[in-house]
Amino acid sequence: MTVLVLAEHDNKTLKGATLNAVSAAQAIGGEIHILVAGDGARSVAEAAARIPGIAKVRLAEDPALAHGLAENVAPLLAKLAGEYSHVLAPSTTSGKNIMPRVAALLDVMQISDILAVVSPDTFVRPIYAGNALATVQSKDKIKVVTVRSTGFPAAPAEGGSAAIEAVSGASSAGLSEFVGAELSKSERPELTSARIVISGGRGMQSGENFKLLESVADKLGAAVGASRAAVDAGFVPNDYQVGQTGKIVAPDLYIAVGISGAIQHLAGMKDSKVIVAINKDEEAPIFQVADYGLVGDLFKIIPELDQELAKGK
Amino acid sequence: MKLLVAVKRVVDFNVKVRVKADKSGVETANVKMSMNPFDEIAVEEAVRMKEAGVASEIVAVSLGVAQCQETIRTALAMGADRGILVQTDAELQPLAVAKLLKAVIEKEQPKLVILGKQAIDDDCNQTGQMLAALLGWAQGTFASKVKVEGEQLLVTREVDGGLETVRLKLPAVVTTDLRLNEPRYASLPNIMKAKKKPIDTLTPEALGVDVTPRLVTLKVEEPPKRQAGKKVGSVQELLDKLRNEARVI
Repeated sequence: MTVLVLAEHDNKTLKGATLNAVSAAQAIGGEIHILVAGDGARSVAEAAARIPGIAKVRLAEDPALAHGLAENVAPLLAKLAGEYSHVLAPSTTSGKNIMPRVAALLDVMQISDILAVVSPDTFVRPIYAGNALATVQSKDKIKVVTVRSTGFPAAPAEGGSAAIEAVSGASSAGLSEFVGAELSKSERPELTSARIVISGGRGMQSGENFKLLESVADKLGAAVGASRAAVDAGFVPNDYQVGQTGKIVAPDLYIAVGISGAIQHLAGMKDSKVIVAINKDEEAPIFQVADYGLVGDLFKIIPELDQELAKGK
Repeated sequence: MKLLVAVKRVVDFNVKVRVKADKSGVETANVKMSMNPFDEIAVEEAVRMKEAGVASEIVAVSLGVAQCQETIRTALAMGADRGILVQTDAELQPLAVAKLLKAVIEKEQPKLVILGKQAIDDDCNQTGQMLAALLGWAQGTFASKVKVEGEQLLVTREVDGGLETVRLKLPAVVTTDLRLNEPRYASLPNIMKAKKKPIDTLTPEALGVDVTPRLVTLKVEEPPKRQAGKKVGSVQELLDKLRNEARVI
C-alpha cells in the first residue's frame, strides 16, 4: 500500500494544509509519497522532503502546472495514480478543483472531505453541513480522497530527508489558461490555520464596522472571518466566509460577533476548542454552542474589549 | 449558444435534518424538498445569459426519482425552455450523475453546462469537475463571474486566498459559487407558463450508463453535540475566563 499526497503550494512555499493531509495518509498506513506539481517549485519539494516519514517526493515542473489548472494537473496525477492505493489532497479550493477530475479520469468515486480514517477503505465524512456524519466504504481500486484539515492534526514539518525525484510527462491540455489573481493581502494569519479567529455577522451592519474586529484581531494575533450573511450583505469578501460553503476552521479560540448561528455557519466552526459568542439576542442559536456567551450591544462590547486588551499588553 | 443546467432535488436548506434511528441515513420522508441553492444560481445565470442575448436555449436536467419533475418545473418557471428528467429510484453518486449528464450532453450538444458547485445534502462538490473530465472539457469551478468572449469563456473563481480568473475554451463546464448572482423568484404567470413547457423522460438504461454506487454507506450518525456553556456578565469577566479558565489568550 502506497499513498500519494498532492502538495498544496504557490510554487514558493508548501502550504500548511498539506501537513494535515500527510497525517491522514499516516492514518491510512503504508509508504507515503508527496507530489509537487508546479513550475519553479524546487523549494516546495525541498520543504516536503523535510516532513518526517515521507519515503519520496516527486517533483513535476512545467509551465502548464504553474497555476494548478485542473485541466493540466489532473491527467498527470491520474497517470501516476496507477502506482498507488490512495491519492490524497487537502480539501482546499485547489484540491476540490483538481481531485474530482482525477477521480473521473480513473473511473472511481472521490471520497470528499474526510474527517477520520476507519480503515484503508473506510472513512468518515460530513454530510448535510456536518449535521450528520457518514461512514463510507469505497469499493474502488484506487481511493481518491480529499482531507478536511480540521479532522487531522498537522504532521511535523521538519526532521525528514526524503529523496526528490523528477517526474516528466506534464503538458498543457490546451483547454484553459490562467489570466490573473486578486489575492487578499493581509498581515493577519490565514483564516484556516490561525490559532484565534474573530468573525462578524450581519449584526456588524457594515463593512466599515469590521474595523472594530480588525483592531481586536491585531491585539490577539487573530484572523478575521465572517458569516455567509455578512458576505451576502457585501460587508466583506467571500474569502472571509466561514461555513458549509466557505472555509472550515477549528482554532483554539473562535469569537463570533453579531452572528446568530445558522446551521450553515456552525458547520464551519463548531470544532473550535473554545467558542465565544457576542450577540444582543440572548435567544440566538450561537449561544447553544458557545463556551462563553456575552449578551449585549456589540458596538459597546467590542470597543471595550479592544481597550481592555490594549491595557493588558 | 445552447446552455444546459443541472438541477438537484435536495432537502430544503431550512430543514434541520434528523438522523434515522437505525443509522441508515437521514430522514427524508415528509420533509420539504427544494432545488439545491447552488443550482438555482446556475439556472439564474443561464437565464441572464439568455436575456442578454448570449444564449439561445436553456435545457434543465434533473436526475433521480419522479418528483425531480418539480425541480425541473422550478427551473422552467425561472426561465429555462425545456426539461429532461433521467428517472431512476437508484441511489446516484456523483460519478454516475456525471456519466448520465455526459450521455445527455452528447445528445443535446450544449456549448456551456452550468451546475451548482456542491449539493447541500451530500456536500460532495464533485459532479461538475467529473463531468468536465469525462467530456474532456475545460472547467470553471466556484465561479463568481462568467463572461463569454467569442469562442472563449472568462471565469472569475472564488479561491482560498481571494479571486482567480481563467480563460476557458468552449464548450466548458461551470460550477457556481454564492456571489455569481441572486436567483429570482418565479412569478405566478411564469409558474403557470412553465406547466406547458415540455419535459422529456429518459432512464439510465436507455442512456447505457451503469449507475452502481461505488461507495457504500455503512452508517450515518449524529455528530457529537457541543454543550452550551455559560453566560458571562461583562468584558472583564470574559477576558478573565479566557485567560485563566480556558487559557486560550
